[in-house]
This record gives sequence, C-alpha cells and structure tokens, in this order.
Amino acid sequence: MIESAVSVLAAMMLGLGSFFMISGALGILRFPDFYSRMHAASMTDTLGTYLIIGGLMFTAGWGLPLFKLTLILVFIFFTSPTAGHALAKSAQLSELRLGGEQSGSAKPGAGGVHSDQHPDSRDLARADRV
Amino acid sequence: MIIATAVALLVVMVMALVRALLGPTIHDRILAVNVFGTKTVLLISVICFISGRPEFIDIALVYALINFVSIIGVLKYFEYQGASAGEGASD
Repeated sequence: MIESAVSVLAAMMLGLGSFFMISGALGILRFPDFYSRMHAASMTDTLGTYLIIGGLMFTAGWGLPLFKLTLILVFIFFTSPTAGHALAKSAQLSELRLGGEQSGSAKPGAGGVHSDQHPDSRDLARADRV
Repeated sequence: MIIATAVALLVVMVMALVRALLGPTIHDRILAVNVFGTKTVLLISVICFISGRPEFIDIALVYALINFVSIIGVLKYFEYQGASAGEGASD
C-alpha cells in the first residue's frame, strides 16, 4: 500500500517535471528576445529540476543515494539563481541593454552601467537584432 | 515513467542545442549551454536509476559542480566584452 502510493507519487512528480522542462525548452526555443528566454529557462528549469530530483528521491528510498540526491538538490538550489543573475548582469553590461538603448547617442558618456531610462522606452525587440 | 522522463530530457537537450546553435548573441548561447548542463545532471541521475546503479550519482554531483564553475568563468570572460563595441556600433 505504502510502496504503491510512493511509486505513484514519484511517477506524478517525474511526469510533472518533464512537462515543466519541455515547456521551458519551448520558451527557450520560441521566445523573441534574450531576457524572456532567460526568464523561461530560469523559472521552469528550477521547478522541473526540483520535481525530477524529488521523484528520484521517492524512487531511491532510504540510503546513500537519497543523501547524494539531496546534495544535488541543495547545490542546484543555490547555483541556478546565481547563474541566472550572473547571466543577466553580464547581458546588461554588454551590448544587450534592457533600458532604452535607442537613445544611445543622447548620452554618450553614461559609463555604460546606469540604465535609468523610462520603462516606456524599452526596446526589447532590439535584443533580437544585435 | 523514469524512461519517459529520460526521453523528455533528451528532447529538451536537443532543443537547447538548437538554441545554442542559432542563438543570435553570445548570451543566448551561454544560456542554452547552461540549460544543457543542468539537464545533463538530471539525465545522469535518471540513467543511474534506469540502469540500477545508484552509486553513479556522484558523477552527476561532480558534473553539477563543473557546470556551475564553467558558466561563471565564461560569463566573467564575456562580461565587459562588447560594451564599447556595442555602443560604438549601435545606430
């Protein structure tokens, strides 16, 4: 009884994690610019990873593999947002500016870090043309 | 269900590879490679349970470490590159 319930729960978590991962991959493949692609990758990547590792933890039972899967889960819990933040910061510092870069000639000496433009002046489609 | 998860992981990895091949900027490629590495960690874990050798999860753990360090290293390399060139070349 308990074993079948645990296996059903594990199968549900694995299936749901696969669904979230495939939706995230569709977002990576189909979204129009870099930041929305990064949003799709980070969000669904995190949830799909947790669900799949959780399903494997239910499959594993008590023992050393459960501990190792917990280590992987904790490590991905810390590193996935860190990698996403580093990627966004790197893209913001490079040519893929999020704030309105179409007025780049208006402020030539801005130093490249400050992007305090009005949010209405965002030119998100520009990220696709660079 | 574990085998279906492995197939879904392979499909996701192929889609990430397509984005990495035709990504317009270098950051799209880095993002796709990051996703690919995370999915590789999951695929190694799933294959451990398919083949019935759960002690191979160590490989997935080490791969997660290497993936994170390589992504951060590549991002530090490309962080300030193209800022001046992008401002000079834009419009």
